[in-house]
Amino acid sequence: MKEKIAQPDYNVNIAGRNRTGTIWRWFFQVSTIFGIIALIALLLNIIDSSFGYVAYEAKVDPATLALNGVPLEEQSKEQLVALLQSKLSKGAFNKLDKDESFEKRSRANVFQIVNERIIKYEVVQVWDLWSSLTKSADIKATVAKDFPQADLKFISWLTADFITRPQSSEAITTGVRTAILGSLWTILFTILFAFPIGVGAAIYLEEYAIDNWLNRLIRTNINNLAGVPSIVYGILGLAIFVRTLEPLTSGEIFGLVDATTANGRTVLAAGLTLGLLVLPIIIINAQEAIRAVPQSLRKASYGIGATKWQTIWSHVLPNAMPGILTGTILAISRAIGETAPLVVVGASTAISFDPTSPFSKFTTLPIQIYQWTSRPQPEFRSVAAATILVLLILLLSLNASAVILRNRFSRRY
Amino acid sequence: MANIATNGLKKKPLNLRRKTHLGEMLIQGLLFFSGIFSIFTTIGIVYELGKEALLFFQMPEVNLLQTLTSVEWKPHVGKFGIWPLVTSTLMTTVIAMSIAIPLGLSVSIYLSEYASPKMRTILKPILEVLAGIPTIVYGYFALMFMTPLLRSIFGNDVVQIYNTASAGLVMGILILPLITSMTEDSLSAVPRSLREAAYGMGATKLEVALQVVLPAALSGIAAAVIIGISRAIGETMIVAVAAGAGPNFTFNPFEGAETITGHIVRISGGDLAYDSIDYNSIFFLGLLLFSITLTLNIISQRIVRRFREVYE
Repeated sequence: MKEKIAQPDYNVNIAGRNRTGTIWRWFFQVSTIFGIIALIALLLNIIDSSFGYVAYEAKVDPATLALNGVPLEEQSKEQLVALLQSKLSKGAFNKLDKDESFEKRSRANVFQIVNERIIKYEVVQVWDLWSSLTKSADIKATVAKDFPQADLKFISWLTADFITRPQSSEAITTGVRTAILGSLWTILFTILFAFPIGVGAAIYLEEYAIDNWLNRLIRTNINNLAGVPSIVYGILGLAIFVRTLEPLTSGEIFGLVDATTANGRTVLAAGLTLGLLVLPIIIINAQEAIRAVPQSLRKASYGIGATKWQTIWSHVLPNAMPGILTGTILAISRAIGETAPLVVVGASTAISFDPTSPFSKFTTLPIQIYQWTSRPQPEFRSVAAATILVLLILLLSLNASAVILRNRFSRRY
Repeated sequence: MANIATNGLKKKPLNLRRKTHLGEMLIQGLLFFSGIFSIFTTIGIVYELGKEALLFFQMPEVNLLQTLTSVEWKPHVGKFGIWPLVTSTLMTTVIAMSIAIPLGLSVSIYLSEYASPKMRTILKPILEVLAGIPTIVYGYFALMFMTPLLRSIFGNDVVQIYNTASAGLVMGILILPLITSMTEDSLSAVPRSLREAAYGMGATKLEVALQVVLPAALSGIAAAVIIGISRAIGETMIVAVAAGAGPNFTFNPFEGAETITGHIVRISGGDLAYDSIDYNSIFFLGLLLFSITLTLNIISQRIVRRFREVYE
């Protein structure tokens, strides 16, 4: 015992300890840099696939389809329909008309069909941005030798056309308009469902709830729900919204569809499912925002005789609103990126019609990314990459608006 | 008093008793309903998953013993052994955590102990961006970047196109920001006085970080790790895209193997017929996932409550 005190067991070798410190410090920094590299690699990987050379063949040269010198792109819808009627077999034309009558179809949709059924672009090979830039000569030589019929073009897969075109089965003519509209429709119902209930729950928990077992259970339960994997919500949505509530989610009780063809796999079912998913996030964020409103405001309001709800409605909520909205935007950006629950709920992958009501079939941006990534043809990987860019830009602008909201309206007491 | 105040205009004395406002009560009722709604969600999850899972076990092809012991999950020939799905889930989780725990701890120690405030304002948003990217994008990254990378390192004949290693590695990157931010929170909650005391005793910066701050924040770190594991088990899109289709009982990370979540997504793509055995099986798998992640989350909350050091 005495010996130990005489010889303390700490290491006085300062130089050695500092050396160890430097090595570890270096390790910590490298780990941090690794995180940054991962992010950069991810972004570069996506950009790399979104641009580059593509070699494609057209079965019918679009130039031959010009009508009296008017190129195909500028022809009216009626002219395009007439073209379809003359080039397609009668059965095929009637089938298209039966799916959705040509009178109701948009010009973009008809143009898409012309592309798909008559011109039939076919991608023979794609190159990523890196090889397009470094091996341009090689690529040109390969195409001239192997695919003399094919056109070689350096393209950006992400174009204004790509955003406004409906979906099609060929990589080169497809677009994400259907998916963007599907995402927006879905999110609309997510907000309509989750925002009132989420904020209501937060008000209840912060302003009304006394400390009893039931309210403690609600609090614990919300924290636990926030940790449930998203796919479980998808399964719940399938059981409740798609199956049990099918008359509601398919629009059957409103007399919009036949009971025989009713299908609950709609925008509404998807929106409600995502609503359940983001509800805990909205509640937790709104609770924090309400808690940050100082007690003095409430006391002052009670002091002049306001009732509890008057106090909450005119003083607490306006002051907490920027925080609540910021939290809601973050929840929305989570919902927009969700894929798994929507696959389970039953997003359609191959639809070219815009969703027009809560009871439409739908597809969303992440669903399209998933579907295109899973295809074996490499050109669809490029389409997926361009869709990822659209999704990331959408999310980035949402998050930026959240930051602006927070900075602009945040008050300090 | 009232008579004097109102100068005789009001005959009745002012009633100071609390009035019952019908509107207020209605609103309170609505708010209470919103509050209790989350409980309905949980009941809904347990009831629906439990009900359909029971139906699954009532199917003639399925028996509980076989499900728990068999290593073959082949729905088309009526074989429902859970193990291939469980082992691949465990494999991706272990790979992900072996990336996320050391890196997450290092990054959070660097952020809370070493980095200058300016550095922190640059690094934290980067981590937030990483945390905000949808998981399907990570799935794309796993398939298009990590898999080719692994194949160029280990050889095309060793690494299959779909493999659990690339899914697990990318999942590690996904979970990294989660662990980092939770760990960093608990590291910064350790009071300055503890650090100052250690410096006063002649400790170096590393010794303070590893022997004083880290142990003091251990409960928060343990909670972060458990939440990370729970997230890895429930993660879906990365494994659905990159880990391969088809259950495969293997411990080779370079082979394709379907996880629980990956299987649910693949089975439910397209119109799944109600009351088919596939339909019921996804509820059973969902119940399994829900129980595992719920247990992990509760353990994590317990750890925080039980072992948290409270400083004044």
